Amino acid sequence: MAEKSGADILVECLLDLGVEVVFGYPGGAVLPIYDALFNHPTIKHVLVRHEQGATHMAEGYARSTGKPGVVLVTSGPGATNAVTGITDALMDSIPMVVITGQVPTQLIGTDAFQEADTVGITRHCTKHNYLVKDPAKLAGVIHEAFHIATTGRPGPVVIDIPKNVQIATAPYKRPAPVAHASYHPQTKADAAGIDVAVEMLAAAERPVFYTGGGVINSGPEASTLLRELAALTGAPVTSTLMGLGAYPATGPQWLGMLGMHGTYEANFAMNKADLIICVGARFDDRVTGRLDAFAPNSRKVHIDIDRSSINKIVDVDVAIVADVGSAMADMVALWKARGHEAADLSAWWAQIEGWRAKKSLGYAEDGAEIMPQRAIADLYSACTATGKDVIITTEVGQHQMWAAQHFGFDAPNKWLTSGGLGTMGYGFPAAIGAQMGNPDSLVICVAGDASIQMNIQEMGTASQYRLPVKIFILNNEYMGMVRQWQELTYQSRYSNSYSDSLPDFVKLAEAYGWTGIRIEGPDDLESGIRAMIDTPGPVIVDCRVAKLSNCFPMIPSGAAHTDMLLDPSQVKGSMTDEAKALV
Amino acid sequence: MHIQEELSQRHVLSLTVSNEAGILARIAGLFTARGYNIDSLTVADITPDHGVSRITIVTNGPPKVIDQIIAQLDRLVPVHKVTDLTESGPFVERELALVKVSGTGEDRIEALRLADVFRAKVVDTTIESFIFEITGTTDKVDNFVGLMRQIGLVEVGRTGVVGLIRGKEAI
Repeated sequence: MAEKSGADILVECLLDLGVEVVFGYPGGAVLPIYDALFNHPTIKHVLVRHEQGATHMAEGYARSTGKPGVVLVTSGPGATNAVTGITDALMDSIPMVVITGQVPTQLIGTDAFQEADTVGITRHCTKHNYLVKDPAKLAGVIHEAFHIATTGRPGPVVIDIPKNVQIATAPYKRPAPVAHASYHPQTKADAAGIDVAVEMLAAAERPVFYTGGGVINSGPEASTLLRELAALTGAPVTSTLMGLGAYPATGPQWLGMLGMHGTYEANFAMNKADLIICVGARFDDRVTGRLDAFAPNSRKVHIDIDRSSINKIVDVDVAIVADVGSAMADMVALWKARGHEAADLSAWWAQIEGWRAKKSLGYAEDGAEIMPQRAIADLYSACTATGKDVIITTEVGQHQMWAAQHFGFDAPNKWLTSGGLGTMGYGFPAAIGAQMGNPDSLVICVAGDASIQMNIQEMGTASQYRLPVKIFILNNEYMGMVRQWQELTYQSRYSNSYSDSLPDFVKLAEAYGWTGIRIEGPDDLESGIRAMIDTPGPVIVDCRVAKLSNCFPMIPSGAAHTDMLLDPSQVKGSMTDEAKALV
Repeated sequence: MHIQEELSQRHVLSLTVSNEAGILARIAGLFTARGYNIDSLTVADITPDHGVSRITIVTNGPPKVIDQIIAQLDRLVPVHKVTDLTESGPFVERELALVKVSGTGEDRIEALRLADVFRAKVVDTTIESFIFEITGTTDKVDNFVGLMRQIGLVEVGRTGVVGLIRGKEAI
């Protein structure tokens, strides 16, 4: 059998696995791989400006297409720069394979130039990782890595390849399908759990579906099944930040997002429910608020592909370990087979309408300044009017919550945000990745003036690959969420949360060959958004919004769902030490 | 403000894992990263091809934390199986210790007498010292070491616990 170099084996494997795009940055320890890529022009390589950008691009690509994102970086700083994005992908269950160069095997452990213990550093921020010391094992490892990254609960996998292994040769043939000795994620639910869940759902008087990112990860058919299950049962649906779009925001049973900045009706429905069906969510602290007051009179069914998510924070009555799509298909089938009809939930819906009447997402406008909520609402209507496929990414902070609250998502894979890790600097590279995977979509990064600066260097990447991404900055000259917490918790002592020395974003746009648009006040808002959408290339919009707006409603840290604050007048201005100690 | 701690229970966990580079770091790191306790940890390969190792971990925590530890261990890719010996029925657990004691005269005789009671073996001796080898449960070893401390304990090395369920079945 003909022998190939490790670098060629890697590229062959990527081709076999259907990889179309690699986000990367070259360096000494990956030069053989870059040379192999040079000879395989069918794999598109996106040259980033910083390795963290590459990881978030891969996440955006993966989240918007359902395919794994692939990253290629060099040893040492290349690998360490990738760690934030790898951790982000772990927290949000994003399938990603990161290939890192390593110093040659004989130099490992000698503090060689650009050496870092990549497998050691990434051991706890990956689903799994490998150091490959033998080119003969490379093909098997790469296929296994993609299998692990994309099956079960998806996540990032790192493959560290020393430079001499890239150059050494080994026989290559395409590996057989992965038959792993110990990795067998359970995807099919036990029938008993499905049976109990369906009967509980049929008997419930105040049921609610609490859905999460797992529905998105399971694939578009899971969203279809969720809609069917909701329609069959008539139960209201809420979602975590990560699950937005699985059930349509324009759907009749939609309650809005739940949790810290969720709607009044979603949080009260959770609090008063007699049955919570948790589908691919994980009872995160942003969702539950004070644990001993969380959904106190409810029974709970938890469907999750990861057994460790079950009973981790909240004890549940029925645990279903399965792929949520498969479990919901079973539930729909059993519901129909049993001849169940949707129960009369009119009393429950009347209660929900009462909560909805609070209009918890409302905000006051004085006409002089743009309220950030208004900016998002107008962006939403302008995007909808285009009839295009629209993908929204965000950075992290107030703008992220306002986007989640005021932009409606009717389909999965259209909302890309950093939920678990909360990574400022995620959104813009994620938009580039999403645009790579969806060239005809309108991809917009909703950003804050502070977080956009965390990976702003990737403007060059968008320019280089002619990617028409739009950055819509809600500019309030603050790290808004930090400032909001300082206002609520530290008597408005705004320690280091003012965005001093901001760049002129319009001039910056021009410097990179982009279009820059400034929106100064309410009169420019609609036309500014229109101009952004109509401009064919990449655009930065510097949208000046009210500086001291707070994101409401809000459940303060450590408070119960029923203690939610609807507007600034309810803020008392100080917190106990116990509350201050919570994140 | 004060930080409150929950009541703990001792559990013996038995794991089979692929014998690959970094597996021990993966397991130990999981415990530190998630704030779990390790009282003892033993590891050795148990198959002729050296492909599979058994790891025995003695840990403690509230029941909910123990469940989490098992679920978290189970989702590590190289972990084949996790069994909570404490929950799975009757099981045997043993550890081995080497205990060095020095002394002369009556202390020396008393040390030998106690070693006999505990069925400890003498594996090294000088005019002024013994090394005893003792196997047993953690409690038994603790007791023996405690008594030797009063006589003239120099140092002690312990393996940590290994365990198997009783009866003919494997875990």
